[in-house]
Amino acid sequence: MKRALWTLAVLLSHWRRHPMQLATLLIGLISATALWSGVQALNQQARTSYDRAAATFGGTRTAMLVARNGLSFPQELFVELRRAGWPVSPVLEGRIQIEGRSLRLLGIEPVTLPAEVGNAPTVGKASLQTFMTPPGEMLVAPETLSDLKLAEGTRPQGDGGAPLPPLRMQPNLVPGVLVVDIGIAQSLLKMPDQLSRLLIGKATGRHPPLESVAGDKLRLIEADAETDLERLTDSFHLNLTAFGLLSFFVGLFIVNSAIGLAFEQRLPTLRTLRACGVSARMLNIVLVLELVSLALVAGLIGLVCGYFIAGALLPDVAASLRGLYGAQIPGHLTLKPQWWIAGIAISILGALAAAAASLTKALRLPLLATAQPFAWQQAQRRWLTYQSALALVAFAAAGGFLWFGDSLISGFAVLAAIMLGAALILPMFLEIVLSLGQRYARAPLGIWFWADSRQQLSGLSLALMALLLALAVNVGVSTMVESFSRTFLVWLDGRLAAEVYVNAANDAQAHEIKAWLRERPEVEAILPGGRADTQLAGAPLEVLGLPDHATYRDNWPLLQSTADVWVKLRPGDTALVSEQLARRLHLSLGDRIEVPASGGNWTLNVVGIYADYGNPKSQIAVNFAALTRRFPEIPLTRMGLRVAPPKIPALISALQEKFGLDNRNVADQATMKAESTRIFNRTFSVTAALNAFTLGVAGVALLTSLLTLANSRLPQLAPLWAIGVTRRRLAAIELLKTTSVALITTIFALPLGLLVAWCLLAIVNVKAFGWRLPFHVFPLQLLWLTGVAMAAAVAASALPVIRLARMQPTSLIRIFANER
Amino acid sequence: MSGSGLITRRCFIGGTLLAGFGGEALAQGFAGLGDSADGFAPVVPGRTFAFPADHGPHPEFRIEWWYVTANLTDVSGAAYGAQWTLFRQAIAPGGPREGWANQQIWMGHAAVTRDDTHRFSQTFARGGVGQAGVEAKPFHAWIDAWEMRALDSVNDDNIAPLELKASGAEFSYTLRLDADRPLVLQGEGGYSRKSLREQASYYYSQPHYAATGILTIDDRPIDVTGMAWLDREWSSQPLAADQSGWDWLSLHFNAGDKLMLYRMRQTDGQHYGSGKWIAPDGTAEQLASADIAMTPLAFTEIGARKIPTTWRVEVPSRALKIECTPLNPQSWMGTSFPYWEGPIRFAGSHTGVGYLEMTGY
Repeated sequence: MKRALWTLAVLLSHWRRHPMQLATLLIGLISATALWSGVQALNQQARTSYDRAAATFGGTRTAMLVARNGLSFPQELFVELRRAGWPVSPVLEGRIQIEGRSLRLLGIEPVTLPAEVGNAPTVGKASLQTFMTPPGEMLVAPETLSDLKLAEGTRPQGDGGAPLPPLRMQPNLVPGVLVVDIGIAQSLLKMPDQLSRLLIGKATGRHPPLESVAGDKLRLIEADAETDLERLTDSFHLNLTAFGLLSFFVGLFIVNSAIGLAFEQRLPTLRTLRACGVSARMLNIVLVLELVSLALVAGLIGLVCGYFIAGALLPDVAASLRGLYGAQIPGHLTLKPQWWIAGIAISILGALAAAAASLTKALRLPLLATAQPFAWQQAQRRWLTYQSALALVAFAAAGGFLWFGDSLISGFAVLAAIMLGAALILPMFLEIVLSLGQRYARAPLGIWFWADSRQQLSGLSLALMALLLALAVNVGVSTMVESFSRTFLVWLDGRLAAEVYVNAANDAQAHEIKAWLRERPEVEAILPGGRADTQLAGAPLEVLGLPDHATYRDNWPLLQSTADVWVKLRPGDTALVSEQLARRLHLSLGDRIEVPASGGNWTLNVVGIYADYGNPKSQIAVNFAALTRRFPEIPLTRMGLRVAPPKIPALISALQEKFGLDNRNVADQATMKAESTRIFNRTFSVTAALNAFTLGVAGVALLTSLLTLANSRLPQLAPLWAIGVTRRRLAAIELLKTTSVALITTIFALPLGLLVAWCLLAIVNVKAFGWRLPFHVFPLQLLWLTGVAMAAAVAASALPVIRLARMQPTSLIRIFANER
Repeated sequence: MSGSGLITRRCFIGGTLLAGFGGEALAQGFAGLGDSADGFAPVVPGRTFAFPADHGPHPEFRIEWWYVTANLTDVSGAAYGAQWTLFRQAIAPGGPREGWANQQIWMGHAAVTRDDTHRFSQTFARGGVGQAGVEAKPFHAWIDAWEMRALDSVNDDNIAPLELKASGAEFSYTLRLDADRPLVLQGEGGYSRKSLREQASYYYSQPHYAATGILTIDDRPIDVTGMAWLDREWSSQPLAADQSGWDWLSLHFNAGDKLMLYRMRQTDGQHYGSGKWIAPDGTAEQLASADIAMTPLAFTEIGARKIPTTWRVEVPSRALKIECTPLNPQSWMGTSFPYWEGPIRFAGSHTGVGYLEMTGY
């Protein structure tokens, strides 16, 4: 034990003499742990809130019965099923407007609500009596309460101006949802004796088959372990996880080179220790012990950093998830103990993995061996061949995933395999380029330049791989974001074609507003809007009504359409379908769909496919008049106005004054576009931040590798100095060498990055969101990234180069005296 | 069945809240229930009962129940017990409102007991929509698929014949109940005192049922016959603040007599007892509190609780001295608010079978 402690003390003394190395090692471990655990914290936070949503009175975690046509059904079915022994509990769902915001209203029946409906919110201190008997209570999440800027206990105004039940804060509840008693929901939604679904509790006895009680009116939906939100947001989290993993590996590159350097430098010490009687086993145990303690410290610091990273990114992640999927994530971070344990564990495992090579070497360390002749060339060739073979396997795998895969995971697998293959083939690629250089070099120093660069490859390759991956991902992601941005803005112009948008409080007010607008000469057209919600193929479907007007004919973002599509839309037996829906149901022009409508199924012919970016729901667009015939109950409160641009402000203020509308209920096109663009930009700010982090970590990896090499390369440099190359010149050559390998790597990274972008646009996005964006190349952006990469390489090589330029001649002379 | 009523009233309240919202609300929302009966009809002596109307619900009172226990045997003579209970609770006074606004909450308990197993189930319902309720004529009490229904030839004064049905996890039963003797008004003409103060309920029983039917345990149907006992009770505030629980017995003597006994346990140790002796011809006599002695003889540990499952019961004026032993000491009703209820047999000066309910342990 004492011996172990002494050995540990001897080993640790190394770090005291080389604080920079210790810092590098810790930075590597900290950045690996921090980014990884930060991303995990974000994922965990999001998943927890999906669970919360799923458990809210019959999310997908609960088996349920719904009407076959996806609409509401009479309450008698509930009573009949209960009387037949089915343990069901009724739920009515709808939307109500409060303060101009549309919120989801859930009516529940607390007495029959299955106890196992997940973490069903508890009414808490409010009694059952106040919840159930009029005016009842409206449970609301704290987030929603503060969004509405209303105090607990107030009775907000409903659509018709009648007071709603008093608001009661309910911390467990999902934001954006109001929960009231079923009876109160029926009266608020004006759906007496109607239900949306029946939650199925644990069976307490036998019950007859569903059909014998409810005929074919209801359909059973089995409980699903995965929620809709989880399915939808999978891509987003996979994306985050992929970034986390990438940063983790890049961080491990740093650890690997730092440990490699420390081991190189401690070889004499290790040998001396062995000679003093420390067994190889003991030495290894102590080395592992040392590493684990360092990893523990770094892991803890990394976790704290990860917490802050996650905290800083959370608002953007929340904004992205809300913007893309309508998922509500609370803005404050809550972490489970597992997160801390997993973070520490990954730090330790990562450190051990990164040190595996050095540790094996220590175990096999020959006791009496002196410095070995460095047969690097032979070793390197074998290693290059081996790695290139692996790269080919990876490329083959990428091809396989591309050909046979049809899922989001396989999309990511294609990406991962391409990147892995590219990273593995990079040293071979560099070797070929450098050999070519060597072949065409004439001056002796020139030949040495190329040859020595080749010799450096094995030491630098890991760092260069990290740089390659970071750059390729950067190119890929920024190309995707830029493509999306460009497409999105054009699309937005098409979708928001009217100049002014008005949302009346109710149908009566809408009627008044329309009458008033007809009298206004500056209003060129009033375009009524309407939306119905129904179901198609088991998923929610929005049905949009488009009036027959030139505004839509000229601007609607159609991707594919039949001839005279707008004429065909008029009779009401045809529909335009969103790209997402077309992909999901494999619809093409000429196909038929059956949409459940209030008066029965509505058969529609698909005559066009349009882009509907950012909408998690499937959507179809039909003629407005036909929509109101098929769904007579939908509110007709929305309208778009065509107005000459100079007259917009006056019209808006007149509307606001006359009808008491606020900014939420009347908006001009410019404001709405600005708002949409703002949301859109936030959506990708997380990606951008992670991108920058990754590139930074790659830069650090390059720096540490160069530092490591700088020391071990003195034996190569000293002879040159001895034959008359000045230290300044040597330093300049070193700088040139580093920047040229970095440049070659960057040039290799650009096409790889474009390939990544193509994969993201053509495979991952299509699977994740259901839309495919056109692929654009942005040369300026590529140039900028090249510049950044070169700057990173120069910055990373600056320290070792300056050291070399200022090195005492004695140090160089000593090389000849000191055989390592 | 005062004891049963009192505890299950509490159990009902607790259970409702636990089912929907967790126990926290219990203390907050309903702690005041035992304090006053504001807005609900009071229980006063001298009420005139009218049948079949009184078989139906009395929503102007806060609580009410329809309670059946049955002592049964199969062809080999093995003993079984069955319990069927429907509770009604009004969460607010006033005339019953339409639809979901209705103030009534219903709770059902059902159980079957054998010497080696005890199965139970509970369910809840809101009034006003048809999931649960009671109709006086023709008599029909139901919650979900459980029901107690008058058969076509029903005699309202006997409330027989009836069909009784319930099912739970791994058990179910269907029983036919016949009776040829009239109902028995408990207490003083149906006015049943629960303490020396004002606590009281309206209470009548049908102790004379002959039962036949089928019990199913673990998918195995068993033909059974035996005796059953119906209790009907309603009140607005039957519980005194210093009463902690009760021990209640219904006994079928082999000689044909019936006996209902209970003691309300008071925190001051002055337990309040009451009872009714019913002769085979149907005539009944009230027993005074001082004339009843109930002494626990043996205890059963159920979880952390110690339940007195074996009793000595003495009624000196009737020369009764018996020892009651449970068919299954583990007849624990682990419902939202738990209690012990199960079949017993007794021997000593008299022999027979019966049901025991104990609450507040």
